[in-house]
Amino acid sequence: MSNKTKMAWNAGLIVALLATLFVLEQVLPSGSMFFTVLKKGAIYALVAVSMNLLNGFTGLFSLGQAGFMLLGAYAYAILTIPVESRGSVYQYFDGGIIQFTVPVPVALAAGGVLAAIFAFLIGLPVLRLKSDYLAIATLGFAEIIRAVFQWDKLGPITNGSNLLRNFPSFKSVLYPFVVSGICIALIVLLINSTYGRAFKAIRDDEIAAEAMGINLAHHKRLAFVISSFFAGVSGGLLAMYQTTIQASMFKSAMTYEILLIVVIGGIGSVTGSCISSFLFIACSEWWLRFLDNENLYIGGFHVPFLRPGFRKVVFAVVIMVMVLFYRQGIMGTKEFSVEGIKNFFQTRFGRKKAAEGGGSHE
Amino acid sequence: MKRRVLAVALAAAMVGTMLAGCGGGSGSSTGEESGSDSSAGTEAPAADGAGVVKIGVYEPASGDNGAGGKQEVLGMQYANQETPTVEIGGQEYSVQLEIVDNESSNDKGPSAASSLVSAGVSVVLGSYGSGVSIAASDVFKEAGIPAIGVTCTNPQVTEGNTHYFRICFLDPFQGTVLANFADANFSAKKAYILTKLGDDYSTGLGFYFKEAFTALGGEVIEETFQEGNSDFASYVTKAKNEGAEVFFAPVSTEAAALIIDQAAAQGMTIPMMAGDTWDSNVILNAARGKDVQIYVTTFYQEGGNADFDNGFKGYINSDPTATANNGGDDTISAVSAMGYDAYYVALEALKAAGSTDPAAVNEALWKINYTGVSGSITFDEVNGDAVRDTAYVKCANTESGEWDFVAEQGVN
Amino acid sequence: MEWITRNLPYLMAGISVGGQYALIAIGYTMVYGILRLINFAHGDIFMVAGLIMVYATTVMPIYMAIPLMIIVTVLLGFLVERAAYKPLRSAPRMSIMISAIGVSYLLQNLALYVTGGLSQQYPAIPWINDTVTVMGATTKRVTLITPVLTMILVVLLVLLIKKTKIGMAMRAASKDFETSQLMGIKINSVISMTFIIGTFLAAIGSLLFFTNYTGVTPTAGAMPGLKAFVAAVFGGIGSIPGAVIGAFIIGICENIIKGLGWTTFSDAFTFALLIVILIAKPTGLFGEKATDKV
Repeated sequence: MSNKTKMAWNAGLIVALLATLFVLEQVLPSGSMFFTVLKKGAIYALVAVSMNLLNGFTGLFSLGQAGFMLLGAYAYAILTIPVESRGSVYQYFDGGIIQFTVPVPVALAAGGVLAAIFAFLIGLPVLRLKSDYLAIATLGFAEIIRAVFQWDKLGPITNGSNLLRNFPSFKSVLYPFVVSGICIALIVLLINSTYGRAFKAIRDDEIAAEAMGINLAHHKRLAFVISSFFAGVSGGLLAMYQTTIQASMFKSAMTYEILLIVVIGGIGSVTGSCISSFLFIACSEWWLRFLDNENLYIGGFHVPFLRPGFRKVVFAVVIMVMVLFYRQGIMGTKEFSVEGIKNFFQTRFGRKKAAEGGGSHE
Repeated sequence: MKRRVLAVALAAAMVGTMLAGCGGGSGSSTGEESGSDSSAGTEAPAADGAGVVKIGVYEPASGDNGAGGKQEVLGMQYANQETPTVEIGGQEYSVQLEIVDNESSNDKGPSAASSLVSAGVSVVLGSYGSGVSIAASDVFKEAGIPAIGVTCTNPQVTEGNTHYFRICFLDPFQGTVLANFADANFSAKKAYILTKLGDDYSTGLGFYFKEAFTALGGEVIEETFQEGNSDFASYVTKAKNEGAEVFFAPVSTEAAALIIDQAAAQGMTIPMMAGDTWDSNVILNAARGKDVQIYVTTFYQEGGNADFDNGFKGYINSDPTATANNGGDDTISAVSAMGYDAYYVALEALKAAGSTDPAAVNEALWKINYTGVSGSITFDEVNGDAVRDTAYVKCANTESGEWDFVAEQGVN
Repeated sequence: MEWITRNLPYLMAGISVGGQYALIAIGYTMVYGILRLINFAHGDIFMVAGLIMVYATTVMPIYMAIPLMIIVTVLLGFLVERAAYKPLRSAPRMSIMISAIGVSYLLQNLALYVTGGLSQQYPAIPWINDTVTVMGATTKRVTLITPVLTMILVVLLVLLIKKTKIGMAMRAASKDFETSQLMGIKINSVISMTFIIGTFLAAIGSLLFFTNYTGVTPTAGAMPGLKAFVAAVFGGIGSIPGAVIGAFIIGICENIIKGLGWTTFSDAFTFALLIVILIAKPTGLFGEKATDKV
């Protein structure tokens, strides 16, 4: 398959995806869990890919993702709460001191930039640390950021530890898909550039990479800052999805969740992270919810053990099994590609199906 | 090279297509899932060919407020058992409770709320805890489903909303009642206020108490604690050192039990006061046999309605799961009474609307006038808050492990 | 005198909580010393020990429940190592750490399921739960016992490591994992022993901790666990006296900060301390210079 056809395929698929979503949105009832999962999944896909850039492609084990999401979410919320509702949101702080708003895309980008600036500053000292020391230091920084944002002296800006709300959010599922899609595409471009190759070299062998003339400090910092930028953007998106945010949401448990998504998807696979974030969100929010139902009968048989919380136990067991027995994750380090699917369909269903598939995507 | 890059980028976005495809497929199977959910109601539909109307129950069953949330749900389940059907527009419908756990968490709440929306409920009851109610408010608003706040007392829950109602009193009122009580009964001039960071109920009630207390000429010392904190010894020490005359801690029962224990261990003798969350047998159990004074304000006083009291106790004792959810004994918490009333308010609204359409129920709610076990319930025209002017003050009896009635208090 | 009465409670609370952190921190530091693994599940095992005690006392008297709780907890620690860490011994370090996070997630969710998400009241253990008065400050007796018991256990542990054969094997394994295997040390039993000692101390720690702070919730172990880990890093990972001293310092500082009214930052302080020590002296107060820092 030539590059041109490949591009045509991919463009076609994207158009088809967005069109499918658009149609589904018109057809299915808007309250369906299906859209909830898609929205949240798209946001988590972005943050998972940004974490993967660091952990999977650069080999820097960072656990600060929740902290950077917090920065993005706060920057977004603070800059977009309409001036007229600030009085009620900042009710304990006389409406706060920020009395202007910026357009939504600007606020999202500002969230990313704020996270990137913090990442740069934090990176100066901590990026010298190795593996699990780095992990624990970034985790510590995330906790410190959280405490600072809850400080009531900063209340006129951050509203202390109270909820921020009334900021604009999105209705359509297309919004997070488009924003996340663009960001992920940018990350993929980066991974495949010279910088990306340098990152991978650092991951594979730091000493060798340095000997090849790669500036370790510079590249590590670059990866850290870029990853944090996108974590910040996804934090802003998460705020839009949640409609209310507060610092206590961004606990280390959130980072662990994202890390598990990355691991399940395959460390070092962008598409793996995307697939697994949708699966992870669907399982935790939707598909397994029936397990919490105490009175579930299957053909007159009362299923035992079911009561609230069982869903989470099953989910945790599934994750443990994945971690222990499928260490490569869903995709390993491979990527999902058009060719891959085409081959898959051709070998499975013969030529007819492949032709049909091509037709539907035109 | 560049093209390959682009190809991969596009492929990344395409992943969604797959999911959209299989997701769409399972979208149709939602029917099955919610079908199996239908047995989730406390009572199997008793109807012969009658329709089913779903009432969503958005309450915490785990986390900080799990104990209170479960007691509130018990009130609703008891009401549902008592009156499992409702006549809407001349047709008999069986009422089915769709219960979800919002995990007392502002970030898990919205997803739980979406699952209620997806189940097609006509009206939502809940929640215990103000933060989760605020967090889910927009989800219900977008879906056009009215919600009835049961014991969320923070003003922000209903403020500026036409879809969120509330049957309990508000924190500015409760804070004032408590401040007046501290002033009148303990002639307290210095109060220690301990609130939890990031908990809207706690911060709000602490704030209104402080406002009212300082207006009465008192002085306050304020401190906060982080989520997950279990070491309250230093806070108790601080209150003692500063010479506070009352210890005001509007916090969840989970933290309250720890505070009571550590206050007793340090021999803190000043009265402890709190709002409606402390009206729970968790507090009674923590205080039993200890040398502490505990005063709370609440919505309902056991003995207020004998029929309800007896019936509810019978219900709790008849079912081991219900006993466990009530914390192991048959003490009636005010939140259970409120849950009970909320259920009947929802039924009244459904009757008045004459339809199960959420929009119609929302319209009907504005005109509801219902007298429940906790008093008369009507909604004001601005925010849809219940018009309430009395709170009950109770004191924990550390010997018998019961609540002693102290006073019925208004703000005048 | 007045000043002492006012401030002694902070110091006592600090020393007591420091002792409890120390007992948990030893588990972290020993495991890290040998496996180079941050055992994220350790804090949760500590929480599970609390829950076992809660449920055990409902069916049996306290003097039987305590040994049972210790045995079951130790067994759990052993099983976690065998099931979740042993299969990954040759895998990259990150995989084991992720497995530890997975175990932590599983234990928390299991506890959530079993308790129904409600805080469980820890049984009052006679004698140590009594109230005592020291120089005008009132507290529970456990506050005074904790530092003493901690010191006794640490001395015993140090003796075990210095004088016994298994202790020597542990020291060898933490010096050089591969070479010690070549020297004929049964590495798996050494590692199991490490986990057994670590969880045994965590079980004692949970007994003391929850007697003081009586609510057991599924997440009750997360924060103490993390702080104990910081204590281990602070004292120099792999060093037992270091972990103990680090734990006491963190416990006391935390309470002083609360006493000063900076409660918002009491947790953040711990992490700030961690970052400062990592940057200024990555080996901690007493840590040995690591050889693999290329």
